Amino acid sequence: MSTDNSVTNSTEAILRTEGLNIYYGNFLAVQNVWLNIPKHQVTAFIGPSGCGKSTLLRCYNRLNDLIESFRAEGKVYFNDKNLYAPDIDPVEVRRRIGMVFQRPNPFPKSIFDNITFGAKINGYKGDLAELVQRSLQQAALWDEVKDKLHQSGLSLSGGQQQRLCIARAIAVQPEVILMDEPCSALDPISTLRVEELIHELKERYTIVIVTHNMQQASRVSDRTAFFNVKTSEKGERSGYLVEFDATEVIFSDPQQEDTKAYISGRFG
Amino acid sequence: MTDSFPENTLVRSGFSQRTLFNTVMTCLGFACGALALLPLLAVLAYVVVQGFSSLGPDIFFQLPPSPFGQGGGFGNAILGTILMVGIGTLISIPFGVLGAIYLTEFSSKTTARWIRFATNVLSGVPSIIAGVFAYGLIVLTLTKLKIGSYSALGGGFALAVLMLPIIVRTTDEALQLVSEDLRQAAVGLGATNFQTVSRVVLPAAMPAIVTGSTLAIARASGETAPLLFTALFSSFWPSADSLFKPTASLAVLVYNFAISPYKNWQSLAWAASLILVIMVLITSIISRWATRQKA
Repeated sequence: MSTDNSVTNSTEAILRTEGLNIYYGNFLAVQNVWLNIPKHQVTAFIGPSGCGKSTLLRCYNRLNDLIESFRAEGKVYFNDKNLYAPDIDPVEVRRRIGMVFQRPNPFPKSIFDNITFGAKINGYKGDLAELVQRSLQQAALWDEVKDKLHQSGLSLSGGQQQRLCIARAIAVQPEVILMDEPCSALDPISTLRVEELIHELKERYTIVIVTHNMQQASRVSDRTAFFNVKTSEKGERSGYLVEFDATEVIFSDPQQEDTKAYISGRFG
Repeated sequence: MTDSFPENTLVRSGFSQRTLFNTVMTCLGFACGALALLPLLAVLAYVVVQGFSSLGPDIFFQLPPSPFGQGGGFGNAILGTILMVGIGTLISIPFGVLGAIYLTEFSSKTTARWIRFATNVLSGVPSIIAGVFAYGLIVLTLTKLKIGSYSALGGGFALAVLMLPIIVRTTDEALQLVSEDLRQAAVGLGATNFQTVSRVVLPAAMPAIVTGSTLAIARASGETAPLLFTALFSSFWPSADSLFKPTASLAVLVYNFAISPYKNWQSLAWAASLILVIMVLITSIISRWATRQKA
């Protein structure tokens, strides 16, 4: 296994993992990940089901802490702070590193309250109406909902709900946005809108996106990490990083046999 | 061919064995459903018919009459019931809801299993045992301290013991129905545990929690056995210190007056039953209305 972790000198890494092992109980779900995620770029995680790409993603904002048996070994740096150091407050980590989930999950509240929720709980002092407008504009949803901000977020279509969730994540002004298969529950048109949105968002935010869809990875990302699964002699399947490089390289000239096989559709 | 299907036509026959069996079972199901409703309707009808004649404004504003007296009412029992159910609600809702929140949101699986088991056992405890428990804990303590004996406090506490498992169970179930996605969305935005529960999980589960609490209140309003041990009865109006004094309640009034040989007491018992049923009905209508889903 060899991984190319070199990030070009012009971009600094905002998230770095060093020898990260993720366990559920005694089961090693993801092993030995060394990965540098560059600032203000879109990094895509691809790979077959069960390769641990979502699990890894959820380590970056410590959302895995919600799972009782979860344990991480190794280091995850956010800028220069190890996120798993004992003095780190996971609540503040999650404010700085936002998340958009697989299924749109707006709160059963009004569109306005959905956006302001994060701001309120984090003690935001500014003008809420302005924050709502700015966040919705950045999420390319403002024009569609500006006249019905007080309707329930659940009254929107699936694609709009997902953009509402992106707006909600943006509203707490994170540095990184993690996206866990954000388009897998959406129709092709809505998917396209979200992908366009990702392009616009990378100006301000660093984006890490997990996707099952290789075309999507090639369309939206600057760099792509390919993960695969291997089965140990005990029959446990654990994920590992196979290759990480610029997206063009991964899709045109991958260095690893497994990557080549996966992107050409021979398995997965 | 030995294993062929029977020769059936496409035309539906009312007399084939399958169709007949089907019809009979459907009728049976309907009959059982109707029979299950019958006790409720019969009880309601009987209480209305018997109680209606003694109904009048007096019953709210007057004290129970002497055995052969004229008129009278049971205003003190209505107030007593409200007072004691109120005490029970004030004790059981905070404990029950907070306990259920701990159960679903923060406890480990093993702890949760034991607490759920304990709650189920508590809900199976006969209400008279809850009365004896409250007698031992509250009534005897008040007697020792010489500040009272049989009292509204004891009655309310006994009712709280009966209400607690209902509230824990319904809240627990309501919280478990709240989608994990919502919790993750809140936590992912940097919400603390308290913010997640108080601003997202509890509001989403509120209608079901209120329904459960109403159920508990309805159950408690009709309990007689635990009050016989703890609140006893009183023929006087509740006063400022009736927390520590014997207090009347509708359920105990119905029990006392219905077994008495006096005609006027017996008809008051019917009226009290009707009032009790109406109070429970109003409570549940109000709570349904207050928590109905908007739009």
